[in-house]
Amino acid sequence: MAEQKQDVLQVRNLKAYYQMAYFGVEREVRAVDDITMSIHENEVYGIAGESSSGKTSFIKVLAAAIRPPLRVVDGEVEFNFGGQKIDPNKASKEEVDAIRWSKLSYIMQGSMSVLNPVRKIGRSFEDFAFKPMGLPRAEFNSRVAAHLERLKLSPNVLNAYPHELSGGMRQRVTIALATVCQPQFIIADEPTTALDVVVQKDVLSMIRTVQQEMRASVIFVTHDMSVHANITDRVGIIYAGRLVEEGPTRQLFAQPKHPYTAHLVASLPRIGDTRERPALEGRPPNLSDPPKGCRFHPRCPLATDRCKQENPPLVDMGEGHRVACFHTDKVKPLIELGQPKVTRMAEGAPA
Amino acid sequence: MNDILEVRNVTKRFGMGGVFGRNHITAVNDVSFTIEAEKPEIFTIVGESGSGKTTLARMILRLETPSEGEILFHGTRVDLRASRAERLKFMHEVQPVFQNPFEAFNPLKEVDRYLISTARTFLKLTKQSDIEQAMDDALQKVGLSYAEVKGRFAHELSGGQLQRVSIARALICNPTLLIADEPVSMVDASLRMAIVNLLKSLRDDFGVSVIYITHDLATAYYIADRIIIMQKGDVVEMGPARAVLDNPEHPYARLLKESVLSIDDAGYGDLDPATELMDQINKDRTGRTKMVTRDDGRLVRVAE
Amino acid sequence: MFKVVADLIRYNIEFTIGVILLTIVIVFALLSFFSPYSPEMIYVVIPDQPPSAQYWFGTNSRGQDLFWNLSFAFRNTLFFGLTVAVLSRIISITVGLLAGYLGGWVDRGLMFFNDIFVAIPIFPILILFYFVLRSDLDTFRLALIMACLGWPFDARLIRSVAIGLRSREFTRHAVFAGMSPSRIMFQEHLPYVMPIVFSTAMANMIWSIGFEVTLGVLGFTNINIPTVGTTIYWANNHSAMVVGTWWWIIIPVTLIVMTFLGLFLLAISMNEYIDPRSRLRRMGG
Repeated sequence: MAEQKQDVLQVRNLKAYYQMAYFGVEREVRAVDDITMSIHENEVYGIAGESSSGKTSFIKVLAAAIRPPLRVVDGEVEFNFGGQKIDPNKASKEEVDAIRWSKLSYIMQGSMSVLNPVRKIGRSFEDFAFKPMGLPRAEFNSRVAAHLERLKLSPNVLNAYPHELSGGMRQRVTIALATVCQPQFIIADEPTTALDVVVQKDVLSMIRTVQQEMRASVIFVTHDMSVHANITDRVGIIYAGRLVEEGPTRQLFAQPKHPYTAHLVASLPRIGDTRERPALEGRPPNLSDPPKGCRFHPRCPLATDRCKQENPPLVDMGEGHRVACFHTDKVKPLIELGQPKVTRMAEGAPA
Repeated sequence: MNDILEVRNVTKRFGMGGVFGRNHITAVNDVSFTIEAEKPEIFTIVGESGSGKTTLARMILRLETPSEGEILFHGTRVDLRASRAERLKFMHEVQPVFQNPFEAFNPLKEVDRYLISTARTFLKLTKQSDIEQAMDDALQKVGLSYAEVKGRFAHELSGGQLQRVSIARALICNPTLLIADEPVSMVDASLRMAIVNLLKSLRDDFGVSVIYITHDLATAYYIADRIIIMQKGDVVEMGPARAVLDNPEHPYARLLKESVLSIDDAGYGDLDPATELMDQINKDRTGRTKMVTRDDGRLVRVAE
Repeated sequence: MFKVVADLIRYNIEFTIGVILLTIVIVFALLSFFSPYSPEMIYVVIPDQPPSAQYWFGTNSRGQDLFWNLSFAFRNTLFFGLTVAVLSRIISITVGLLAGYLGGWVDRGLMFFNDIFVAIPIFPILILFYFVLRSDLDTFRLALIMACLGWPFDARLIRSVAIGLRSREFTRHAVFAGMSPSRIMFQEHLPYVMPIVFSTAMANMIWSIGFEVTLGVLGFTNINIPTVGTTIYWANNHSAMVVGTWWWIIIPVTLIVMTFLGLFLLAISMNEYIDPRSRLRRMGG
């Protein structure tokens, strides 16, 4: 990074556990275990992880959407909206409501849960955005219309009911809804997972466009590495509740330093490439009883005795590339990346 | 007859709507292909949701009756209302692999009961030791052993392991054809390739033909021998998988390939939508079309 | 199973109270096996004695010790309720699972009968049976009749669950693993409907005992068999409230209210155990 960008979000030593005790059974699931990271302004930060790796719990903590049994055990989350600092989990409900949608916004996987099925889309826009924006009605309407036009959506969608739209169109409306208040921070939780490839690309393109126009920060969660490759500026890899690697997207894909990341990247099949793909053995650990030391060691080809005892710290390898592994020198990229086609994203990409 | 399966001009229409003005939706329109017995292969059906690929699979598995055309299995017609003995004979040869491994096993029961039942019904085994032997043989083929699975419940195994158990279960009755509908879409990224490689080894090492249904062109390219690409019920292009995917001819097939996100572009994401292709596809769908054969053996749908 | 019950007693106050109430009533009913008097005998003790150390529940105008007489009455009533519940559960499980899994004309046929039974007015039918059978209408026969009338609502409920299960992938997996339809219904699907079966069984017992009491009070059952209903029938017959033998009415009513309350609490706490969302609410979510 040439210039030091300002952080919009800082997460320090965050620990969030599911603590359950009912009908005599007590369980503790360490869904988020000591994560430290920050997100700059005007960037798309990708979070990759498998199911039950803790990535969804992490997002819930950021969004101040945690409900028991999930509890923040330690650490802090701090948003910085132009000098106004707030920890959504410690702030009062009024303070959180004041930033919700206007500063901090969400794009979810199931668009139906955001759009009220019995109200026209236009009414949903009023429900969400009228109060946070605090504008006279005429100005509000023209602002919404302008926003839809910018996102290449027909103003007719305001008069439609959600079920009258296709899945891709609904997701685009959800994105318009989430961004109409010009938020500074957007949490996108698997927004394209249920979509077909053609529509997926369309929706990703829309998210990227609107992010660049508003210079907002987006935290983009998905398990699909090829989506991360194409939309993010930086990627963080979460494995079993811990951040194991983080770095600029191109660098992380071209030169992964954690054996888990190397495998994730290498196992993606590509059109035009028929080489045998390696498969990773074993299974992700159970978070209520994680292995000692490095949580990846039971599946890791490079594991030594040290890995079984000590938890590797997240070490900066330079240029913001942080890795939690004792054997980064032995990790070789398992495949070579081809030349990228175009450089449309030149602004965010490393030199 | 040396065809395992012959799908001949199959069409499926679903009726929609109420008592008046019942209109029909054509889920699958005039699809034909054959799978030969001598040459085990992975035959891939690619399409987006609503392309009819799952309906086609359900018809092959006899869960649905075609509205027109017929599906011949070893030269005989597959009838949905056959006797139980005949249904079992069919299942002995054709087995499914399910999309969601967590859903494919009853969460309240041990996973091995499905294997035991398969060994008992299809192999007519009665002795406990024979059944265990048959189960272990099948589980070895997928890289597991009976000891790992015995008495386990679905929630005690990972998605990848469950999917392998599910494939092993299908292999117990030595089927000639497996029908796998999106078998990896619900499996975690780090476990996915193990399943895909397993499907490949079924073809190469055990001579089982697989109909692999997916929306993912990259894995199709990786394992498929032949491919058909479906769009809203129509086959738009079919032929040798790599030839077709390296150089798709039909605009829709090209659009699909264009939309696949490549990690080669990591950090430089090209997300511009292929607008011209979409326009062309919309234009093409209005006129009459027919399938024509090209020199490399592929069939492409072109305007008449 | 025992662990679940132990946990429920420890953590669920409704369940605990329900268990205590029912245990009291059941122990009381079981005491009838040690009764010094036969329930048919009358004028074996001094009539119309209020509750005392000698006659705990007092004696009635027919010269019976109410304590022992009521313990017979509760034994019969509980036996009746349990019989109805078990028999009607068997019918509703069979009909519900068959209709739900097989679907098609089997479903339509069974649900046709089901709806007929839903529409039948139960009370006139029971009175009709009384006039036909008269003194042949003993507790067991009445239980059989009630069981034949008490299944349709729960069969519909079980059918709706079974329809959901039929389209689950594991059902199709079972079919392709060569399991027979009966095996799929009674081994794969039955465990899913068992919780419903248990909780509706409680509601069904309340329903059937309520009917038995009503018929008994009105004298439309065999009045020589001591049940809760016939006890109140005889009390009314001897104008117990007017004469001042209040214990003849108050004590059986208190005990039957305890029974109903116990069954009701068990049913709701079992529902809570079945439904994880209400468990989460309990945890302070």
